[in-house]
Order: sequence, then C-alpha cells, then structure tokens
Amino acid sequence: MSFKPALPSARHLIIAVPWFWLALFFLLPFLFVLKISLSEPTLAQPPYLDLIREIEDGFVTIVVNFSNYQLLLADSLYLSALLGSLKVAGISTLLCLLIGYPMAYAIARSPSHWRLPLLMLIILPFWTSFLIRIYAWIGILKTNGLLNNLLMGMGLVDSPLAIMHTPIAVYIGVVYNYLPFVVLPLYATLIRLDLTLLEAAADLGCRPWKQFLLITLPLSMPGVLAGAMLVFIPVMGEFVIPDLLGGPDTLMLGKLMWTEFFSNKDWPLASSLAALLLVALILPFVLLRHFERRAEEAAT
Amino acid sequence: MSRARQFTPEEPWQAPEGEPIVRIENVTKRFGTFYAVDDISLSIHPGEFFSLLGSSGCGKTTLLRMLAGFETPTSGRIFIDGQDVTEVPPYERPVNMMFQSYALFPHMNVADNIAFGLKQDGMPRAKRNARVAEMLSLVQIEALAKRKPHQLSGGQRQRVALARALAKHPKILLLDEPLGALDKKLREQTQFELVNIQERLGITFVVVTHDQEEAMTMSSRIALMHEGRIEQVDPPRRLYEFPSTRYAAGFIGSVNLFDGYVIEQDDDQVLVQCDEADLQLQVRHSQPLVPGMAVTVALRPEKVRVLEQHDTDAPNQLRGIIKEIAYLGDVSIYHVELASGKRVQFTQSNIQALAEQPLTWDEEVLLGWSANSCGVLTE
Repeated sequence: MSFKPALPSARHLIIAVPWFWLALFFLLPFLFVLKISLSEPTLAQPPYLDLIREIEDGFVTIVVNFSNYQLLLADSLYLSALLGSLKVAGISTLLCLLIGYPMAYAIARSPSHWRLPLLMLIILPFWTSFLIRIYAWIGILKTNGLLNNLLMGMGLVDSPLAIMHTPIAVYIGVVYNYLPFVVLPLYATLIRLDLTLLEAAADLGCRPWKQFLLITLPLSMPGVLAGAMLVFIPVMGEFVIPDLLGGPDTLMLGKLMWTEFFSNKDWPLASSLAALLLVALILPFVLLRHFERRAEEAAT
Repeated sequence: MSRARQFTPEEPWQAPEGEPIVRIENVTKRFGTFYAVDDISLSIHPGEFFSLLGSSGCGKTTLLRMLAGFETPTSGRIFIDGQDVTEVPPYERPVNMMFQSYALFPHMNVADNIAFGLKQDGMPRAKRNARVAEMLSLVQIEALAKRKPHQLSGGQRQRVALARALAKHPKILLLDEPLGALDKKLREQTQFELVNIQERLGITFVVVTHDQEEAMTMSSRIALMHEGRIEQVDPPRRLYEFPSTRYAAGFIGSVNLFDGYVIEQDDDQVLVQCDEADLQLQVRHSQPLVPGMAVTVALRPEKVRVLEQHDTDAPNQLRGIIKEIAYLGDVSIYHVELASGKRVQFTQSNIQALAEQPLTWDEEVLLGWSANSCGVLTE
C-alpha cells in the first residue's frame, strides 16, 4: 500500500509555505516578545536593555532577567486581571453559544433559498468598521442614549439605566461583535448533519427534544468548539471593547498590557504579560488534544 | 428469475378470518400537484415478507415512509395491528425501519447504536445488554461491538442497521432498499440471510426495492407499483406467470407482447387474431372475454420451444429468422424476425446451444408453444 509520490519535494514545498508563513509572522515576532520579556526596562529608546551586551574587548555577556515574571506572580493585580479576562471571555463565549446556536440552527433548517440572505445578514455588520460599531454602542447605551430615551419614553423606567461603563456594557459589546464567529462554524456543522439520523432516532422511539440532545448536539460539537475558540481566544486579549464600553473596574489583561506598554513604558513587563497570556491559552488546548488522542486510542 | 420462494406456511392473505397487521385504506399522498401515492389500499398479514416493487418515483418509498410515520397521508387511513396510526408520530409507532443509507449514529459504537431504541424505552441495563448481545449474534457481528460506524465495511454497517432496527422486536420491520448499497455477490448472499432471520423471528417485513430479482427471491407477496398506484399484488410465482397488466408483464422479466382481438372463445381457451404479426394465437384464460375485445397476448421467452417440424394439430406455431443472439452464459437469448417484421424473443438453456447443430444467425426456425404457456392481458 506504500505509495511514493513522484516528486516528494513538490509536496514538501506546498506544506512548507504555511509553515514558513507561521514562522515568519507568528513565531519570529513571538520570539521578539519573549526576548523583551526577559530583559530589563530602562529609560531609553527602545525602553529596554538588550539581552546580549558587549562588555569589553569583544567579550559578550547574556543577561536574562526573570524579575518581570516574578512581579507578575507577586502582584495580585495581574492575577485578578487574568481572572477578569477569563471571566469575561468565559461568560461571553457561553452567551455567544446560547444566542448563536439557535440562530445557526434556524438558518440551517430554513428553506434553501433563505439561507444565503440570512447568512449575509449575519456577516453584514463586518462591512462597517469595528471601531465605528463600538462607538455606535456608546450612543445606544449611554445615560441619555437611544436605549434609555426609548425605555423612558415608553414609561418602562423612571430614571436612566446605568449600563455604560459597567461590565454589562462590555458583555453587550463583546457578544455583539463576536456572535458571527459562533454562528458561521455552527451553521457549517449543522447544515452537514444528515437529517435521516434524526428520523432514525425518531423511529427508535426518541422524541424531538431528546433527538436534539442525543444526536444533533453531540454531532455539532466540532462547530461548538470552533465557535467557542474563535470567541474565547480573542476576547482573552480584547482591549478596545472593555476600554470604550467598560468602566475603571473592568480589569482585563488586554487593557493592562496597553497600560504597561504605552502609559508606563514598561515593555518587558507588557511582553511577559503577553507571553503568559499565550501560555494560558495554549495549555488547555494542548491538554484537550492529548486527552482526545488518549480516548481515541482507547476506543480502537 | 424463477427462484421464487416456496411459501411453506399457509398463505395468510388467503385466510378470510385472518386479521391483517397493516391495513392501508385509500391512502393518497400529494406533494404540490404531484401524486406520489394515489389512492392505494393494501393489506399485509402477520409473518409476511412483503415487497413494494417498482422503478424509482413510483411511490414505494413514500408509502413506506407513511408506514414509518415520516410522512402523513394527504387522505386515507393507515392501521397497524388494528390501531389507527395515521396521525401517530414515528416515535410512538410499533414499527422500526432500516434506512437505505443505514443512518447509523456516527458518534456511537455498534453496541450503543443497537441499544439506542431500547434506552428510549427505558429498558433496564442488564436486560438491554442481553438484548444487544442477542442481536449481535443474530447478525453475526459479535466481534464488532465496540467499533464506530466509520470503522466498518458496507456489509458490516448493513448488519448493524438491521440489528438496530430489530432490537426493539417491532411488530413490523420496514426495510428501504436493504441490499441496495451492497455489491452483487454480497447482495445474493444477504437475501437468503434476511429471509432466514425473518422466518426465525416471525416479524412482518415490508421491503421497498427496485430490484425485481431481489423481490422475487425474498418475498411472500409483491405489490408492483407504478406511478403512485398498485399494478398487481401477488406471490412472486403468480406475478411472473400470470401478470394482470401489460406493465406488470413487462416489468418482471422479459415478455413478448402480441396486440390483437378475440375472434373465438370457449370455456378456458380463446383464439386471438394478431394483425401486426399476422397470426392467430390460442391462449388459455380465466377471465370473462367476448369476441371482438382488444387484448394482448403475453408470452415469456423461456416458454418458447424450437420445433423439428410443423405439427398440424398443435396451435401457436410460427416461422422466423434468427436476427440476433445474446449469449448470457447459462442461457442465450434469440431474437427472431417473423415474415410480418415483428420480432419474437426466446431463450434457450445453453445445454442445447452446445449441441451439434447450434442455432445461428439468419437461420430459419420453427417456434411453438402451448396454449397454457401464455396469457391474455386486458389492461
């Protein structure tokens, strides 16, 4: 069964392209960040000391400085920022799934000539700049904004609701912005679901709600996972939405990084925060894959 | 073709006191303006291996899906075991279905697929496991219990689908093209296995198939469907030997058709004038016929004999020239052109074809058959 392609080099070349791309635009910049995170801050341009320093007569010394990481672990501010990000990312992901799943399900089950227009409506907000859409939310949510004027005009509330600069505003902005990233992968898995499987389940005595729980939901898990990752990962580092819609008590890693980098000019500390965030994001997925493999091996 | 199954138990559809397990009453299913099923009435009796046979689009699958509950009839009623199930959803019907695509749950292993229906019924675990084991051994796939569907061959998947559909011991098993996805060798083998399983369990099988050979081999009775209607319902042998319509005669096996009209008629025989072939044919019949009536004489190719010499007393003799020969291994098919230009097909077993003087192209032959070997069609 062994089949050797005539031109193995051609195949390697094709695989090499994305590898090269990732190495150049992801790995290399990350190594820079890692390098800066291990250096000492200084008042200069750039504001850090190089790791490799020439002392005299061609002697070179490498100074590695772990104090940034020590500071991150020592100061509870950074831990609570990590927890704050985890909380916002986790709750937003859950909300996106809860709202996005019924949307994707409805689109996938709608008559075929309706599907494309409905999907276009999901993508439509992307045609406007992200910043403008977030600013629009300020206009809606602020004290004398659209929402409050509407609610008071209808007599539903007596005084304006304080939504702006609260965590609720952050959740609204994040869920609004990231919803399409959940709907699209979910739609892609749900549209591929073989509907005879549901008929088979019904035939074997399974009521509609249990058909969903036992067949549709487990088989759409790849879409759920993909959507969750597409929301969770960027929200962990999200800066603009909490900065514009959130208040001073909204503590998140992205905002903190911005402060360290631009306000405090502490590039090494900001870089170590970035490195820590990456580890915090990659570790769960590495573990997940590891357990998935183990489970697959156990099955066969 | 003539391997028609000997239906050894008494024929339940003949017994007047026998209560049918499925009663379909004037069922019509319309999709828009298209009548998929058009006013069908049918009774299926306990223990039958009943086939719905027809070409694609004849409505056989729609009828099966209405029995399963996936489609609701536009009009008419369906009774299963005396209960009106016309409006009953699929998950409350005492029937199970084996799907053409098998529809195995890809995220469950073989044992869990088979146990699925039992779990829905809340069967206790110990009893459920015993039933799954029983089903696995029934279809001989004990070793595959822990495999996922994607790790199985087509034949193995077919067995899992059958086991899953049988696990709940349904009153009726519906099978949609059960052998359609298998290759020819496996299909022939599985045909007999299906019949054995059905006889062992005593469950009524209703099978949809487009393969006449499959239907002939397995069925106790066949309903031949055409354009949403039933052409004929009969055991395989009767359907083949005594087709009641031109469509039925042409669908099952091959047939020579002679259009003509009745010129003479007595108790069990009729003389038909066939102008297109310039022939008079003597045919046995049991229908009320009157002289002048337009009829078609149907003659199966294997009933035709090659005669040595003309026999003045025997009916149905004609001369023609062999124009085409198709060698099929076990038999050969000969196309004979008559003086009128009409072509007649006959087959011969190849024991004779290897004789000293085999029939060959452009040879003149004398053909004959008895009045009992052909039939009269009025529709």
